[in-house]
Amino acid sequence: MAQVSLRKIVKEYEGGVQAVKGVDLEIEDHEFVVLVGPSGCGKSTTLRMIAGLEEITAGDIAIGGRVVNDIPPRDRDIAMVFQNYALYPHMSVYENMGFGLTLRKFPKDEIRRRVENAARILDIGNLLDRKPKALSGGQRQRVAMGRAIVRDPKVFLFDEPLSNLDAKLRVQMRTEIKKVHQTVRTTTVYVTHDQVEAMTLADRVVVMNHGVIEQVGPPQDLYHHPTTRFVAGFIGSPAMNFIPARLEQGSGALRLALPDNIALPVPPERTQRYTPYVGRDLLLGIRPEHLTEVKATGKQNIATFEAAPEVVEPMGMETLIHFWIQGAEICAKLDPAVPAEPGRKMTLAVDLNQMHLIDPDSGRVL
Amino acid sequence: MSGATVAQPADSAPIYHKAGSLRRERRRALIGAYIALAVFVVFFLTPPFHMLMTSLKSSAEIADLSGNPWIVSRPTLENYWALLSQGSYLTHFVNSVMVTVCVVAITMVISTFAAFALARMRFWGSTALATGVFLTYLVPETLLFIPLFQTIGGLGMYNNLWAMVLLYPTLTVPFCTWIMIGYFSSIPKELDEAALIDGANHFQMLWKIFIPVALPGILAATIFAFTVSWAQFLYPLAFLVSSDQMVLTVGIISDLIRGDTFQWGMIMAGALMAALPPLLVYAFLMDYYIAGLTAGATKG
Amino acid sequence: MSSLPPGIPAAIAPPRAGTLQRLARRRSTLAFLMTLPLIALIGSLVIYPFFYALYLSMLNKRMTKFVGIDNFTFLLGRETFQMVIWQSVIFAVGAVVAKAIIGFVLAHVLHALPDKGQRKWRGMLLVPWVIPPAISTLAWWWLFDPSYSAFNWALAGIGAGPVPWLGEANWARFAVILVNVWYGAPFFMIMYLAALKSVPDQLYEASAIDGATGLQKLRYVTLPMMRNIISITVLFSLIVTFANFDIVRILTNGGPQDSTHVFGTYAFQVGIQSGDIPLGAAVSLFMFPMLAVFAIFILRGVSRRSKEMAG
Ligand SMILES: Nc1ncnc2c1ncn2[C@@H]1O[C@H](COP(=O)(O)OP(=O)(O)O)[C@@H](O)[C@H]1O
Ligand SMILES: [Mg+2]
Repeated sequence: MAQVSLRKIVKEYEGGVQAVKGVDLEIEDHEFVVLVGPSGCGKSTTLRMIAGLEEITAGDIAIGGRVVNDIPPRDRDIAMVFQNYALYPHMSVYENMGFGLTLRKFPKDEIRRRVENAARILDIGNLLDRKPKALSGGQRQRVAMGRAIVRDPKVFLFDEPLSNLDAKLRVQMRTEIKKVHQTVRTTTVYVTHDQVEAMTLADRVVVMNHGVIEQVGPPQDLYHHPTTRFVAGFIGSPAMNFIPARLEQGSGALRLALPDNIALPVPPERTQRYTPYVGRDLLLGIRPEHLTEVKATGKQNIATFEAAPEVVEPMGMETLIHFWIQGAEICAKLDPAVPAEPGRKMTLAVDLNQMHLIDPDSGRVL
Repeated sequence: MSGATVAQPADSAPIYHKAGSLRRERRRALIGAYIALAVFVVFFLTPPFHMLMTSLKSSAEIADLSGNPWIVSRPTLENYWALLSQGSYLTHFVNSVMVTVCVVAITMVISTFAAFALARMRFWGSTALATGVFLTYLVPETLLFIPLFQTIGGLGMYNNLWAMVLLYPTLTVPFCTWIMIGYFSSIPKELDEAALIDGANHFQMLWKIFIPVALPGILAATIFAFTVSWAQFLYPLAFLVSSDQMVLTVGIISDLIRGDTFQWGMIMAGALMAALPPLLVYAFLMDYYIAGLTAGATKG
Repeated sequence: MSSLPPGIPAAIAPPRAGTLQRLARRRSTLAFLMTLPLIALIGSLVIYPFFYALYLSMLNKRMTKFVGIDNFTFLLGRETFQMVIWQSVIFAVGAVVAKAIIGFVLAHVLHALPDKGQRKWRGMLLVPWVIPPAISTLAWWWLFDPSYSAFNWALAGIGAGPVPWLGEANWARFAVILVNVWYGAPFFMIMYLAALKSVPDQLYEASAIDGATGLQKLRYVTLPMMRNIISITVLFSLIVTFANFDIVRILTNGGPQDSTHVFGTYAFQVGIQSGDIPLGAAVSLFMFPMLAVFAIFILRGVSRRSKEMAG
């Protein structure tokens, strides 16, 4: 087990595509770090550089304090789980899991001990004689993980391991992965494009975009304190609403002037923080879950305004409504008991304690 | 094109046709199909059938112009017995086997390594080489046998069975390499990477992953190499003269035709036994045989 | 947690000296070594003989003097050789057209059968392709025998006169084409069948819903989808048929009166049997331009096909 350090790593593919543009990241021992971001943002490339499957154009990668830039994958003491599992189709589950140890000339009974141990952790003891073809998607997934566990490596690397599973199994395997990590406690780097997966699994989430890290932090942090518009929009489902707003000096307090003559008072404790931006056109970021029907909570800094939903989506445990303010689509999350009908005006409450103000030019959260 | 060639009924008003007429049309198409098939099966199997009949006849029955040439009235195995007990048929058979085994082994070693390198390890000129391999596969043996005749003579290998082992690979290796490039390329790249992480070097990757996973392709290539070397006719005809060096394809005619006397019964018996190995391979490994046949054009 | 058993240093082997780049370089060296036997084989037994053939073809019969292109002009002026050119073209084109049509019909017929029966029929129909042609042609030779021909016996049964299968020029030309068609049609059949199977059923269903008749389906769905494989197979077969040796050599040995010689058999007769190596080499080389043109077209088809499959 070990820490992993990425220091200013850059990857430029032949042909000049810069897939990773200077990534800095320190991963602690035992930590579960998830790289998340939209497709093509350089997550896999980063992971594959850690694995040694891609050359590093610039920068350093260290595993357990040892710089591994020039060390081939087999000597890095890592294990990897691939999206399509990459199980050897001609080997039984047992042989698949033991292959790495066989190549490293481990004694037979040691291999058996380790494979059986991993099989117990993953609950696949009864599948050891089967060929991958005879396994279901979830079982293959477990075998792929078993192959990693058996090696007892310093680092686990996962590249979108759940993307080939159906939705239900994905949730189930997510829990499974978390459980395995709690058992073996191996440092893990996990790549996914699914922010829910990232939030649920990670000790720390690394949000990437266009080959750079946007923000690193524990899931709750990213949710409550995104530092960029990209992270604010990427984390959370349904995504945060962005409404054009002008920051104005009201009588005593700051005020946000929204289109359609809606004006919202800025919470007094944020006055100082936002004063430099008075008079500027900004974006108000507010999550659907903080834009609800009027409730009697007695909380401070709740403002109300009127809107007519254009689309109503009952989800069961909540109802989503969509409406437009000057071209900006807004989504709000209502209690299913609240009657909502397309076209009928209703009063909505905004929890301004949860608001974010974003500078549209720099994309930074103020 | 007859109506029999189309499975679906050719109905001009598809919205209105009734289930009954549909079934009837389909039945008629199927019957037409079977008739066409039967005609061609008869055409295709006539020579081997006639070969078998003749091989079971005595010389006297063959020479008897009043009998029916298509059927045998007093079947006998004397032709087979004569071939196997005297003369050099057995020598030719053994020679054929020896040459074929060596050629198949050489071919598979050369083309497996080459295909692995060309499919997985990009290096300078590798694409050009892959194209070159394909072009070589298109070079017919009739184009180069005369300079090869000189070269073989220069090497002192004229009338030497081993010259065949040297030459046949030019006919087998290109195609085998080509189809194995196709099979190897279809193995997902993650499999190599998993093996790399598991600690395999390139030879282990080839031996423990690629060859077992691409086994159907290897088998198809092996069958191809076998059929080509078993069937080769021009090179042995041009380069081998003495009976003890000959292989089956040339041995049968050179031994059993003396001047104007044709021992047709023995020729047919010998031909039938010579055709047997490829037929057996085909019968038992038909799917691989066909895969190899079609892979050349459907892969890569 | 790390529980390495004793005596297993391999697992924690110290890093090899050298960078990944050097590893990559070593990998391409290794790759080159792996292809070396292939390169050596092609170089020494295909490319070198080709240039050697060019050299040989420019010598005189005793191979003592350089004569330039005299052998080629000499051949072109000879009536026998002009006949060889024509016969090669007729033989190749005639046989390939017939094989292509028969193969196409058979593939369609087979494709229409239920899967289970298909296998059995396909198995029987491929037999001519499986028997080595040098062997099966012996059976044909016997079937065409002037006095014992089983075909003529059957024809006599329906009152038709004996056919001089191999004794008369045009009949002999027909006979060699017939045997070649017999041998090669199964190959076309199997290629087309593979192509037919790769046409998705939904296309036929969609066209049926659009109101296409059987022939329209053939014209607008099947043929366009198979165009590439048809052209590759035809070109490939043109090369093989054009360069054929076995069938003509055994069946007629070029006779009667050199009327059935193709390039391969004529080169053999001139170069090996009559011992005029340079002239024989020249005969073979006449095939080259034609083969090269076919090969270029095949290569284009194959690369287009692999692009389609990648895209
Ligand atoms: N082998 C390659 N050659 C060239 N460009 C590549 C290669 N692999 C990935 N890329 C490019 O690098 C970028 C990042 O890819 P990747 O790391 O796979 O993204 P993802 O975050 O979806 O895993 C993409 O724009 C991709 O097109
Ligand atoms: Mg990826």
